[in-house]
Amino acid sequence: MLNCKKVAFSAALALLVAAPAVLKAQTDEDAIMMDKKNFCIGATYMRSSWDHYWEGTFKRNNQNLGTVSTQSVMLMGTYGITRKLNVVVGAPYVWTHATRGTLHGQHGVQDLSAWLKWEALDLNVGKGVLSVYALGGGSLPLTNYIADFLPLSIGLHSKTLSGRLLVDYQLSNFFATASGTYTGRHDITIDRDSYYTTSLHLTNKVDMPDMASYNVRTGYRSDWLIAEAVFTQMFTLGGYDIRKNDMPFPSNKMNSTMAGLDFKYTLPKKWKALSIVGGGMYTLAGRNVGQSTSWDLGAFYVLDFSHKQSKAHNSAAEKK
Amino acid sequence: MNRNIFFLAIGTFFVLTACNKSVSNSTAALPALAPADEDLAAGSWKTILLSRPDSFSVATPVATTSPLYVADLNEIKGYQAHLTSDQKGQIAYWSAGGVLRWNEVMRELMAKYNIPPYQNVDGTYPIPSSANPFAYPVFPFSNPPYAARAYAYVSAAQYDALVACWYYKNKFNRAAPYKVDSTIKAMAGKTGLSSYPSEGAVLAGVTAEMMQLLFPDEIANVQQKLQQQEMALIASGAATRSDVTAGETLGRQIAEVFIARARADKAGAAVGTPAIWAQYVTTAQAANQVPWLSLETPARPPMLPMFGKVKGFLCDSATIVALRPGPPPSTSSADMKAQTAAALAQIKNATREQMRIVQFWADGVATVTPPGHWNAIAATDFIQQNWSEVRWARNMALLNMAEMDAAISCWDIKYFYFNPRPSQMDANIKTLTGVPNFPAYVSGHSMFSSAAATILGHILPSRASAYQAMAQEAANSRVFAGIHYKVDCEVGMTVGANVGNYAVKRAQTDGAE
Repeated sequence: MLNCKKVAFSAALALLVAAPAVLKAQTDEDAIMMDKKNFCIGATYMRSSWDHYWEGTFKRNNQNLGTVSTQSVMLMGTYGITRKLNVVVGAPYVWTHATRGTLHGQHGVQDLSAWLKWEALDLNVGKGVLSVYALGGGSLPLTNYIADFLPLSIGLHSKTLSGRLLVDYQLSNFFATASGTYTGRHDITIDRDSYYTTSLHLTNKVDMPDMASYNVRTGYRSDWLIAEAVFTQMFTLGGYDIRKNDMPFPSNKMNSTMAGLDFKYTLPKKWKALSIVGGGMYTLAGRNVGQSTSWDLGAFYVLDFSHKQSKAHNSAAEKK
Repeated sequence: MNRNIFFLAIGTFFVLTACNKSVSNSTAALPALAPADEDLAAGSWKTILLSRPDSFSVATPVATTSPLYVADLNEIKGYQAHLTSDQKGQIAYWSAGGVLRWNEVMRELMAKYNIPPYQNVDGTYPIPSSANPFAYPVFPFSNPPYAARAYAYVSAAQYDALVACWYYKNKFNRAAPYKVDSTIKAMAGKTGLSSYPSEGAVLAGVTAEMMQLLFPDEIANVQQKLQQQEMALIASGAATRSDVTAGETLGRQIAEVFIARARADKAGAAVGTPAIWAQYVTTAQAANQVPWLSLETPARPPMLPMFGKVKGFLCDSATIVALRPGPPPSTSSADMKAQTAAALAQIKNATREQMRIVQFWADGVATVTPPGHWNAIAATDFIQQNWSEVRWARNMALLNMAEMDAAISCWDIKYFYFNPRPSQMDANIKTLTGVPNFPAYVSGHSMFSSAAATILGHILPSRASAYQAMAQEAANSRVFAGIHYKVDCEVGMTVGANVGNYAVKRAQTDGAE
């Protein structure tokens, strides 16, 4: 089984831009590890769009935006430092576009994100296997893109640090994974010298509230196929609501609840280094975000530098 | 090893949750205003609306030996014996200068109320009403013309009120509390000024009173700030209760003169009517011009089309007509076609630095507006000057009267020609900021900025070339953004300077130079 997964977009990514990207299924939120000296590289295309959004709790459309879409191509890699410690990195190129109105779309390289993923524990529990993972990660803007041009900014340009705890239980070919993440966000610098949130700020620095999220996923997992349902919620710990007909701003309180489906198919026999991933996600509820629908498709390839049989593993599959 | 990395990750996690989250305002920690010159003769400076500095009488204060005054001193001593950290914070905040702080309060209100109303279900737009200010859409929508006028009225009223204040200070010459009683500390700095009436309280009274006209939803909020400032004045030892009461009363009386004028300055009719909106279209068509169209969906009525008829402070209506430049290139001309092509080429090749300039000067929805941006620029420089409150007020009034008259002239020109935006002429022109909902010719940013740079350059000659460069950058920003033709900005810069020169003329003859 060859498993390597898409790195989550930077947690700083504007939800108004690409809501599902932040907590997209098939991220570093799985219970899969690469073997030592195995390097998995891949690329994913994602398209997300919305025509309704929430200003605070007020849901509306906007004929001066039409449908706002975000497309991205993400390059990523996962490397097995040991079979219990992986490093996951990725960076996307992002395009935004509005079908109506006059606002100019943006495009460019967004943020580099990186995670260290450590399999801390795996035990037989009942007839299945319980494993626990700890992850630490961060993101860093790679270019000087404009954060303060929502909803068409390609990101929020904040440096972030995240901690995540992930628990997985597998019974035969069925599994469930739950994780919780806390993301601290550094303040950002914008191109103007004052801005209004709930008061006037006479500075070009913007406090970015921290974020928290949880993610649960469950489904079928075998050597050749993963098919799963995903449910996730994200909360901004602070921030403020967009007032009626006001412009969005990077430090808004962006919350969302999303659900989706994902798959990962690993090709058989001599093609087994290659896998195809894809999925879709829908925003069920939100606050100061677009009600996005997204889909993605990607391909991954495993390079084995260990001169042994290339392999990815998960504890449950091996212990059964 | 794995364990170490794990603990490293967890440690990082706790470090980041403890990240310092405080971003502070650039003027949060200023020293107390310490004027190099008290402008003791300011009681004779030329007022704007008041016919005389003593139009409103102020009662002769009781002697500093009277029991009433002793009670005043005891109030101060009571504060100073038990100052809370909040009170100390208020003293430090207000001691930086009342004109500065009230200007910041005004900018905050402009930004807060600068949101265009959301449409009705039938695709029309509701209009904020001063008769029902709390109902949606709340009153006012402080767009650039509204803001220019509001800053001007407040600044002009503050100036007249402080001239009157200085007149009475000179007349009564009552010593500051800390001079009368050496056990009282001067916590907001010392001045050579007479303390009756209190200049801080004059500012609080005149500004709070103006709110009933300009930001009726904020009367309670502003009243609270007034009380904080007056507490700070007394607790700091700068003024007694009687100094403050006399000052607030004088300020409120003078504000009424400005309110009466504002109620009759035609701003209330600036929204126009559907018949008036339609008339601009037929007038432009009759001249074989493509008329301006709202690029919003649903189409929004043009912003304050009759604002060009508002009565200004510096320019009368004949002057506003005389300021009008010649027409923009005909919408069917080769010149217009070339300018549209240039706008399209620009927007397709904007550099990051040009985008920064667009963002910096955008001053659109939920901002302090372009006149407010120039207030901020002026305040930043004025802080360095150690001026008296009355000189601060005079210079802010000159700036804001220039900005209001620039708005009047600009809106007169915009609706006289009713010229389309680049994106109307070519829908491929996508913009780097929102397209303002009013005609293009001439650029408001260019006029506001050029007028401001002209009067500010007169006030601070050493900064004149810097102001000109900033104004030019503000004008360029609108071309970079794809929302203006170059000609809109070039002509706007010229007319703006002409308006600014009326403020310079006033400055040269108001007795302050």
